[in-house]
Amino acid sequence: METKSVKRNKSDRVLYIRDLNISFKTAYGTVRAIRGVRLDLFKGETIAIVGESGSGKSVTVKTIMGILDSNGVIDSGQIIYRYKDENGEEQEVDLVQMSQKDIRYKFCGKHIAMVFQDPMTSLDPTMTVGKQIMEPMREHYHISRAEAKKRAMELIKEVGIDNPDKRFKQYPHELSGGMRQRVVIAIALACDPDILICDEPTTALDVTIQAKILELIKDLQVKKGISVIYITHDLGVVAKVADYVAVMYAGRIVEKGKINEVFYDPRHPYTWGLLSSMPDIDTDSRRLFAIPGSPPNLMEKIEGDAFAPRNPFALKIDYREEPPMYDVGGQHRVASWLCDPRAPEVEVPEELQVRIEKMKKEATIYE
Amino acid sequence: MSDKKEPLLHVENLKQHFKISRKFTTKAVDGISFDIYEGETYGLVGESGSGKSTTGRSIIRLYEPTDGKIIFDGRDISGKLTKADEKYLRTNMQMIFQDPMACLNPRKKISQIIAEGLEIHHICKSRAEINERVNDVLDKVGLSSEQATRFPHQFSGGQRQRVGIARALVMNPKLVIADECISALDVSIQAQVVNLMKDIQDEMGTTYLFIAHDLSMVKYISNRIGVMHLGHIVETGTTDEIFENPIHPYTKSLLSAIPHPNPIVEKQRKAITYNKDAEGVIYENGHEHVLSETHKVLATDEEFAKWTK
Ligand SMILES: Nc1ncnc2c1ncn2[C@@H]1O[C@H](COP(=O)(O)OP(=O)(O)OP(=O)(O)O)[C@@H](O)[C@H]1O
Ligand SMILES: Nc1ncnc2c1ncn2[C@@H]1O[C@H](COP(=O)(O)OP(=O)(O)OP(=O)(O)O)[C@@H](O)[C@H]1O
Ligand code: SF4
Ligand SMILES: [Mg+2]
Ligand SMILES: [Mg+2]
Repeated sequence: METKSVKRNKSDRVLYIRDLNISFKTAYGTVRAIRGVRLDLFKGETIAIVGESGSGKSVTVKTIMGILDSNGVIDSGQIIYRYKDENGEEQEVDLVQMSQKDIRYKFCGKHIAMVFQDPMTSLDPTMTVGKQIMEPMREHYHISRAEAKKRAMELIKEVGIDNPDKRFKQYPHELSGGMRQRVVIAIALACDPDILICDEPTTALDVTIQAKILELIKDLQVKKGISVIYITHDLGVVAKVADYVAVMYAGRIVEKGKINEVFYDPRHPYTWGLLSSMPDIDTDSRRLFAIPGSPPNLMEKIEGDAFAPRNPFALKIDYREEPPMYDVGGQHRVASWLCDPRAPEVEVPEELQVRIEKMKKEATIYE
Repeated sequence: MSDKKEPLLHVENLKQHFKISRKFTTKAVDGISFDIYEGETYGLVGESGSGKSTTGRSIIRLYEPTDGKIIFDGRDISGKLTKADEKYLRTNMQMIFQDPMACLNPRKKISQIIAEGLEIHHICKSRAEINERVNDVLDKVGLSSEQATRFPHQFSGGQRQRVGIARALVMNPKLVIADECISALDVSIQAQVVNLMKDIQDEMGTTYLFIAHDLSMVKYISNRIGVMHLGHIVETGTTDEIFENPIHPYTKSLLSAIPHPNPIVEKQRKAITYNKDAEGVIYENGHEHVLSETHKVLATDEEFAKWTK
């Protein structure tokens, strides 16, 4: 299969997020969870959002779905969504200006569908699997029971669950974690959405099923021109599915670009850490590289670059001022002072360099 | 691992069947045997629904095993448990679950959740000792004591998983069954947790049954690996044996499905597929073929001959 390179034309944008800031009010103070996110999603492309736990990946996409937690506040920003209405006319809305309830009512399921990290949060334990797949179809398309059932059975098969007849009548708790997640994917696909958001959809799945599901999503995407936002911490999965990748740290995007730009030429020290901590099945070292320290407390004011305290390459300025987003060529953007022309030359850690060279060499066989 | 040593956990012909209806029974675990030695990590891998979690739950006795024997630290824990055995089991064997929220009481603070086990089983002499152990373990898993005063819903998925790990480790158990305990974490924290679990093992000699579908992580942490499919262990061996010399076609397909973080390669590479029925493999007909003292494969004689050709 050829890796199609999606042209990123402004007119093909389905979603664009500008300067998004979100905070949560808690009894202990305000958590500034999202701090100035800017991101585009183009028609038919898959973007991956990666980053440490708590970096704000889920909060970002939940906002798009209109399911931000009730203590969450969008402080500023825009999320522009472009779609075709029932009459086939191009519409453009700012989701930030809509109430969460209206977003859910108007777009959830039919236009924007989501597959969650926890399958159980999106399944109703009291309803059979079959009924849950049929429900949204019947609601959105007003089709007959028989037709919905036929389509539901197809979907169950499509997502790789055998014995559709039996599974159709079972309840979620009777399925294994992986099977539940496939049911959730079937529900998400039931209404032909134009944006599919997957929040760690295959985390609970084994690699073989994961491979199948990734291919399934890819097929549907090509067939129907769906745009996919894929959240995962598995950089192998990112390499497989993503056209474009955004690396998040402490509520900000610190590096983004075409997948090849970021994976073969990472520039942000946090991305270096992420790529280095990925287990490499070809080496035998007994210890994994782990980024030292832990993410910052988002209740406290962050001075300078949030990653500085964990960054062995940090410059003085990193502790004082937040770096701007540097254009390092192509689609590649990096928020690090190291990309400033005045910054000292800092080399990619040697181990990672070796790894990247090895990857590039392997890749030449496929090119 | 000396061979003469008694295993810490001995599982023999374990079966765990679930009756779905009068006519239908799911044979989630269908006659598996394996040993885990003190201080080692046994990785259990296999596709979704292969029975990994059920195996873990059977061993820790969340279920009544249908058949088979489970010997833990010299005690038979497969039948009805005496009070003493029950207490021994509940303190010396701990499980870290796949679902981060399922085991966290939403109305309790993190510090209370972690201390719970110590309190129930009267492990500590004083409040101060409890606090000390809780703080120690929080520190180990990388959570601050300020965070411990919060409630589970205020944490991200990954943070919750660390709470689950802390809750198990605070008991100083002999055996920890970790069911997909790192799957919800991002790679850098996965690395921290895996390193952490190794450090704890080095320090306290903890034994792990590490259930996961991420084979690359399993490779890092496990001494030996069992590959499960449809309720059977189809192949078991040392980590090297499984990765360097896989015999069973299911193991091979599993290994080939691991995505590599190399975008150009990964977008074109195809995984090896394995279809048991198409190949006419019936696990019930197979028996254990021994390749080495540690490397064993479930196969009929013909299959074994074919696969080792
Ligand atoms: N309802 C809430 N109240 C307070 N803080 C919250 C709430 N929801 C999320 N947060 C905080 O916002 C930050 C971002 O959380 P989010 O769930 O987006 O992380 P994530 O990147 O998806 O992490 P993971 O990989 O663990 O799922 C975290 O610091 C989290 O603790
Ligand atoms: N309580 C139960 N009642 C009925 N069937 C069950 C029950 N628990 C599990 N099963 C079935 O047993 C089989 C094995 O499930 P199990 O959860 O052990 O799989 P797993 O290997 O852990 O999968 P995953 O990787 O998806 O977590 C599945 O077919 C599942 O549907
Ligand atoms: S299954 Fe567990 S983790 Fe998932 S939603 Fe239910 S309680 Fe939460
Ligand atoms: Mg998340
Ligand atoms: Mg499981």
